Amino acid sequence: MTNSEFSSSSSSSSSPSDRRIGALLRHLTAATDSDNLSSVYASPTSGVSGGSVFAHLVQAPEDPILGVTVAYNKDPSPVKLNLGVGAYRTEEGKPLVLNVVRKAEQQLINDRTRIKEYLPIVGLVEFNKLSAKLILGADSPAIRENRVTTVECLSGTGSLRVGGEFLAKHYHQKTIYITQPTWGNHPKIFTLAGLTVKTYRYYDPSTRGLNFQGLIEDLGAATPGSIVLLHACAHNPTGVDPTIQQWEQIRQLMRSKGLMPFFDSAYQGFASGSLDADAKPIRMFVADGGECLVAQSYAKNMGLYGERVGALSIVCKSSDVAGKVESQLKLVIRPMYSSPPIHGASIVAVILRDRNLFNEWTLELKAMADRIISMRKQLFEALRARGTPGDWSHIIKQIGMFTFTGLNPAQVSYMTKEYHIYMTSDGRISMAGLSSKTVPHLADAIHAVATKAV
Amino acid sequence: MAMAMMIRNAAASRRAMTPISGDFGGGLRSMSSWWKSVEPAPKDPILGVTEAFLADPSPEKVNVGVGAYRDDNGKPVVLDCVREAERRLAGSTFMEYLPMGGSAKMVDLTLKLAYGDDSEFIKDKRIAAIQTLSGTGACRLFADFQKRFCPGSQIYIPVPTWSNHHNIWRDAEVPQKTYHYYHPETKGLDFSALMDDVKNAPDGSFFLLHACAHNPTGVDPTEEQWREISQLFKAKSHFAFFDMAYQGFASGDPARDAKSIRIFLEDGHHIGISQSYAKNMGLYGQRVGCLSVLCEDAKQAVSVKSQLQQLARPMYSNPPLHGAQLVSTILEDPELKSLWLKEVKVMADRIIGMRSTLRESLEKLGSPLSWEHVTKQIGMFCYSGLTPEQVDRLTSEYHIYMTRNGRISMAGVTTGNVGYLANAIHEVTKSS
Repeated sequence: MTNSEFSSSSSSSSSPSDRRIGALLRHLTAATDSDNLSSVYASPTSGVSGGSVFAHLVQAPEDPILGVTVAYNKDPSPVKLNLGVGAYRTEEGKPLVLNVVRKAEQQLINDRTRIKEYLPIVGLVEFNKLSAKLILGADSPAIRENRVTTVECLSGTGSLRVGGEFLAKHYHQKTIYITQPTWGNHPKIFTLAGLTVKTYRYYDPSTRGLNFQGLIEDLGAATPGSIVLLHACAHNPTGVDPTIQQWEQIRQLMRSKGLMPFFDSAYQGFASGSLDADAKPIRMFVADGGECLVAQSYAKNMGLYGERVGALSIVCKSSDVAGKVESQLKLVIRPMYSSPPIHGASIVAVILRDRNLFNEWTLELKAMADRIISMRKQLFEALRARGTPGDWSHIIKQIGMFTFTGLNPAQVSYMTKEYHIYMTSDGRISMAGLSSKTVPHLADAIHAVATKAV
Repeated sequence: MAMAMMIRNAAASRRAMTPISGDFGGGLRSMSSWWKSVEPAPKDPILGVTEAFLADPSPEKVNVGVGAYRDDNGKPVVLDCVREAERRLAGSTFMEYLPMGGSAKMVDLTLKLAYGDDSEFIKDKRIAAIQTLSGTGACRLFADFQKRFCPGSQIYIPVPTWSNHHNIWRDAEVPQKTYHYYHPETKGLDFSALMDDVKNAPDGSFFLLHACAHNPTGVDPTEEQWREISQLFKAKSHFAFFDMAYQGFASGDPARDAKSIRIFLEDGHHIGISQSYAKNMGLYGQRVGCLSVLCEDAKQAVSVKSQLQQLARPMYSNPPLHGAQLVSTILEDPELKSLWLKEVKVMADRIIGMRSTLRESLEKLGSPLSWEHVTKQIGMFCYSGLTPEQVDRLTSEYHIYMTRNGRISMAGVTTGNVGYLANAIHEVTKSS
């Protein structure tokens, strides 16, 4: 997934519409490869007699991440291993519905007075308040001062998209900087939201760690006021996070240039096992009194993947502004899907509001995080035991669900073909898809590509 | 001591009131909010009504605003088939991501409702279809799809229409035109003006059609009129996009409510359809719907579906699971499906009954106006013909809440409040 094609050379006088079309054209060029671009926009054939008006369409390529699971499902091999999409698996390789989620669902079902009509446009209000507390801290001055607006959205994706569209409409700078690399869906989300996407250096392939120097240089060179997407913790796909000291430097630089922070928090509690520790970078920014956006997802940390539960919070300078911002967020949401789904948010609210369920959740969360940390250790040991050439310490240094192995697309391809191991072509593996039983198989495969010229 | 405390308090309250500024050990610029220029948005005209209703303390208040079904006690309803489906789903071990296109099973069952159980188009796999966030989500994805693949096209929207239709195509950046629909004099369909507009539109134009139970007017073309519209569409090679949010809810019979669509299919049109389960299954908050586009062949359907998914992925990645599971559970079980059909008919019949009662009540009060349209119109809404000023009076004097276009949600009318409602309407209109 190359990101550089999204850097814009549009003039400052281009309209949002022009920028969107321009970005779309570049996106479609990349997507359709050798297809003649003009065929995508060929004049539509007319209705009944001339056939379909959409006859000129070409088939879109598979989504690079979700396409991995599609391919995996097709494979008949008994030793196949899915390390593609980031969904947690137990040691037995099974998906996990958390106990607290089961309990919450039961509670909801038992309540016969529950009505499931339309939520307000902003979603389940109690859920919104609890979500803000979860990410910003119950004692957050911003919450106390009533200057945070939070809207329920469709998981992380939906929160990012609604935030992006809001920024495109109301923020004075229409450029967003995303890390290189980043989650494959980020550039598409912001481009369709109407923003211009640029990148900043992040991952250093030579150290398989953070290119902090490059990061500081690129953000330092950004147009003042630009938006900067920050992964709150457990960077996807690399697993490389700044240290707290580095975060502090990033914060100071960004505030001095008026860069707008937009946090993507998809793994709170999942990275270190501690909800508060994983939220620290965000809280550092909020503590300085400045503004920011935060997209939260409950897909992984509560295992609510398919229910699409998330929240977008915008921390504002005053409660008056927060009120106006909320009213404008509603105008973004209404023509997109009117109001968000009730089920997942209700489950989260039940858990977050109940002290016992909340505590139980933190334990289940830590167990998931610990199992992943253990998988990292096991894989690292297995490669050491095989004498696999190269430095594989990044496997235990990186954090969260993913490891950026450093394998190239050819090596990934080989591992899929010969070992039936599925991962995204950038070499990202989901540690959550590993178990003690399957670590040896993966280690063998990595060893094979590390020792032969693939 | 007291003085020091006063000074401290004054300083504290000053800090609390003024925007935070100054250097916070990192050069936080002394600036006010980035969002200072953000204007407060106007309230949504439909959803704002319920907000106002909820805030009203009057015990007599009546909400005939938003279109959510109420039983004869004015209570929201969870259908029995839905409760049973919830019971069966409890303890489910599946909470993984659905594919981008949603639940294939739910989509298949949903297509059967719109296209017919034995539809050749389903058999031939000619329909590109994905699960969407109810009807709004389906319309929005279609609008985005239209923008991307027919970038020079416009959308023709009836006057009036659900207000959010304008927002949807606007945010998709598809230019809008309107076509005549409602005839204020007859409170019925302005059929000849509609046909003129269809004729005068450039060949190959995109039209938004309400499949049944037009929102907000409740005015539907007759079957004969639909046939004529379809023939004219054929001659003009127009694209028909159907918004079907009330299948089953209008007449009580889902097959009958899909008649307009079936006519267009018979006539060979390649249509698009937005379907919603919000009202007819009472799944409002679950946000379950479906977008389908009929294509020339299976290969094209695969392409179109893949492109629709490309639009969904950067919006929400994949659609929510729970509502889709409820729909599948109900529709794939013959007993539950049969129960659902019964319950939909009950809802439709209650509304039809309330229409009669409201009309009779107004006539009994000796209203100088004709209220025939109340029983001629169909579906959840009645376009009363009340002016915005009359609506305002209903709200301020009688605590009756409806949208200012005079649209009454018949689902909010009960045997308990129909008399009060009729009386109030009579009072504000008797001198008309």
